[in-house]
Amino acid sequence: MYENPDGVMIGLEVHVQLNKLKTKIFCGCSTDYHNDPPNSHVCPVCLGLPGSMPVINKKAVEAAIKVGLAFNCTVEERTQFYRKNYFYPDLPKAFQITQYDFPISSNGYVIIEGEDGEHKVRINRAHMEEDPGRLVHEGTIDKSKYTLIDYNRSGMALLEIVSEPDMRSPKEARRYLDKLRNIIEYLDVSDADLEGAMRVDANISIMGGQRAEIKNISSFKGAERAMLFEIVRQKNVLRRGGVVVQETRHFDEAREITLSMRSKEEAHDYRYFPEPDLVPLKISGWAPAIKETLPELPDARRMRFVEQYGITDDHAKSLTGELVWANYYEDVLKSYENEYGEKLDPKFAAAWINDTLKGEMNYRGTSLTFKVGSVTHYAVNKEYTVAIIRFLNLKTITKNNAIYLFRKLLDEPKGGDYYRPVRNSPDSAENYLMLTLEKEGLLKVEGDIVETAAEEAITENPQSVADYRAGKEKALNALVGAVMKKTRGRADARTAREILLEKLG
Amino acid sequence: MWASINELRERIHAGSSEEVVCEYLDRIGSSKLNAFVTVAAESAIARAKEIDSGGHDGVLAGIPVAIKDNISTKGIRTTCSSNILTGYVPPYDAHVIERLKAAGAVIIGKTNMDEFAMGTSTETSYYGATKNPWDTDRVPGGSSGGSAAAVAGGEAPLSLGSDTGGSVRCPASFCGVAGLKPTYGVISRYGLISYANSLEQIGPFATSVRDLAAIFDVVSGHDLRDSTSVDRKTNYSSALENDVKGLNIGVPAEYFGEGTDEAVEKSVWNAIHTLEDLGATWTEVKMPHTKYALSAYYIIAMSEASSNLARFDGMRYGIRTEDSNWHTTFSQVRAAGFGEEVKRRILLGTYALSAGYHDKYYLKALKVRTLIKQDFERAFNDVDVLIAPTMPYPAFKLGEKIDDPLSLYLADVDTVPINLAGVPSISIPCGFSDGLPIGMQVIGKHFDEAAILRTAYTFEENTDYHTKRPEGL
Repeated sequence: MYENPDGVMIGLEVHVQLNKLKTKIFCGCSTDYHNDPPNSHVCPVCLGLPGSMPVINKKAVEAAIKVGLAFNCTVEERTQFYRKNYFYPDLPKAFQITQYDFPISSNGYVIIEGEDGEHKVRINRAHMEEDPGRLVHEGTIDKSKYTLIDYNRSGMALLEIVSEPDMRSPKEARRYLDKLRNIIEYLDVSDADLEGAMRVDANISIMGGQRAEIKNISSFKGAERAMLFEIVRQKNVLRRGGVVVQETRHFDEAREITLSMRSKEEAHDYRYFPEPDLVPLKISGWAPAIKETLPELPDARRMRFVEQYGITDDHAKSLTGELVWANYYEDVLKSYENEYGEKLDPKFAAAWINDTLKGEMNYRGTSLTFKVGSVTHYAVNKEYTVAIIRFLNLKTITKNNAIYLFRKLLDEPKGGDYYRPVRNSPDSAENYLMLTLEKEGLLKVEGDIVETAAEEAITENPQSVADYRAGKEKALNALVGAVMKKTRGRADARTAREILLEKLG
Repeated sequence: MWASINELRERIHAGSSEEVVCEYLDRIGSSKLNAFVTVAAESAIARAKEIDSGGHDGVLAGIPVAIKDNISTKGIRTTCSSNILTGYVPPYDAHVIERLKAAGAVIIGKTNMDEFAMGTSTETSYYGATKNPWDTDRVPGGSSGGSAAAVAGGEAPLSLGSDTGGSVRCPASFCGVAGLKPTYGVISRYGLISYANSLEQIGPFATSVRDLAAIFDVVSGHDLRDSTSVDRKTNYSSALENDVKGLNIGVPAEYFGEGTDEAVEKSVWNAIHTLEDLGATWTEVKMPHTKYALSAYYIIAMSEASSNLARFDGMRYGIRTEDSNWHTTFSQVRAAGFGEEVKRRILLGTYALSAGYHDKYYLKALKVRTLIKQDFERAFNDVDVLIAPTMPYPAFKLGEKIDDPLSLYLADVDTVPINLAGVPSISIPCGFSDGLPIGMQVIGKHFDEAAILRTAYTFEENTDYHTKRPEGL
């Protein structure tokens, strides 16, 4: 049992930008603005020009229902939009169209890896709203002489997912955020890699005291830092005999501290009221149909991996933790079978893909895919991975050589899609890998050469031979070492051992 | 100079649209009414020439139309008669403007109005009051006073206004022309600069019900850009039959209440009896919640307005004061840009929506709105149309009420329930008092514009109030 010594309660509000939709939430402007000049994806509606009116994007509603269902929420029969009124230059209408009463989905939950095993975090609601524009400053916000506004982001569809204060440590909060991102990724509604795709506000209290809301957190790592700082701050307030007050605090990312923005007394009165330009949406019947189209979600896939492939839960968790790795793993299994007409041992594949390839990338801090323009490339194409595992199965290469090849592929852009291997040709993955090993003189040495090396080793190390024959099992290792030395490590150690044993009689 | 669509069509056919447009432009140029805030002479003449050379066969081909200054017109300044929108030129056309242009109409200019449509007299305009063509010492009514005065004064054959709480019907009544507030959702509001979204509709003015129906046919219809727009195809002109036999008229006593001018009461009753003589029957109906309509209307309208008008901060368009930090600049812009009445309504609306007051005012007003809607539903169980005075009295004097906002608000007593219920209502002239026109409104069921147009048309065909013109202009 986790004791939660400081009585930490954390609730998170996560804004997910539905940037995979083609158009904004209330107008026809394209969402593909990330590489374009400021204010080039705007129209009277998302600029809030006088007289313009919003029209709800049906696809945004569908995406919101998808997310609600994935978080086990109740999707309402009827949903409504409200105006949240406040003045800020990034908000061209001076109100944000959002939801208040009758949000599209509510009362869900998600299971995370908690401090003491599986832990349930309740979801209060997941509601739709529009993104404001983006303010750009020269240097820092307090030193800049002016503010520039880019309305390309204005009117992007957002989903605000509000949790109950069910997390008991920044670590749990981080797990929740990772889980959330994982689910969103599987649902294919948001590209988390795009700027501003996910933004976090954190509500934190300790020892049953008042909560502070931390705003301006732009990364999950930042969220963890902000929460760690905030807990220490609140503990210090209590230690000095003070009282934690309800307030909104701003996270200073550079200094990793939180600063008071406004107290409860200064809190905004948003004067919510129903958006008169949008009629209530009747969406009864939508949810069951959308539920049918929901993809397999991370938890289900993890369970299936364990059951279907017999791999460890750790491997399944790690592989399903990122959609791209889960797909890669299953693609390799499938390709191997297609290519060689026999099943690949899923455990063997999981070990190589998760421990070696993924481990190597984690070490380098790189990821499996990268983008050039809008095209996604793989750091190591699955054809290479399939071929390497094939060579290992045939004992054509040693484990060390396999690791060497993965590293080589990661070091060189050769692994990328730019040089997509061509089957049954001189440019096949197998040929490329073989040539690489040959060039480096690392091709596994077989048969005669190992035998010759073994004979030489026996002749040149009479003492070791004598020791072995006298019953010192360990002496054999010295002989194996000698064989490896003679073959410059290209021999398979087990084969060398077998040959030596045979020769020693 | 007062010409019907048919007469203008003939003149354009015989001569040219350019001639017609230029005549109207001359008339506007020499007018003392101050009906227009922007005269689009250049683009109007260019458009007329285009029509003349293009053989446009639209219903309104070559015919000038005046547009209230809160309806967005691409390339033509649109200010809502407010200083805060000085210099704002919309980059897009409202739906109704697209429709008018497609029908061949020539946009001749933008008409004066109460600032942001907040008023009953067109006196709150930043550009000064519009004068009533029947007596230039009097108000034309509001807020679409410019549009009504332009048609009544022969400065445009047709015009568009907007009606949030009577803003088409009141000036139609005061200026002696026909004005229609359609059912909520029948004309797209896309491009109409909102005062109170849930209440308002764009509506036309004309000197006859026939012309009114013709322009209504052009501008009504479904628009995907307005989510409250309704998809119903109707031809209103074809509903114009000179026949009210069997029509059952409801007369709500509450609309003839205290403060109603005797001459107004008499004229409206005369009209009812005229229709009775033509084969209609009438019966008294009860509308018990009418007395709460004004309070509910002003709370809802001001609440929505406080939010709608928040966007005017001087950052992207309109006036700009000296640059300072954000809060200072936008406060200065709003202080300098809005007039007194607009500020009053923003403050009251903000108050009504504030935490702690929201339920007491805004929510309660919504409940009253439901009761008023039910009053209408009940009444229409028994009758086909309702007839009542549009305004309790004829046009009052310029300056007479402007310093007493409450008495101005009270003038809307007979028009606001219609907006709360969302039903259609037409105001047509039905008498005169000391040379000033009196208007009556014919109110219909939701989407039953046909019934009120037919009633109004029959009345017109059998009387001559609509043919009277102001003199000495």
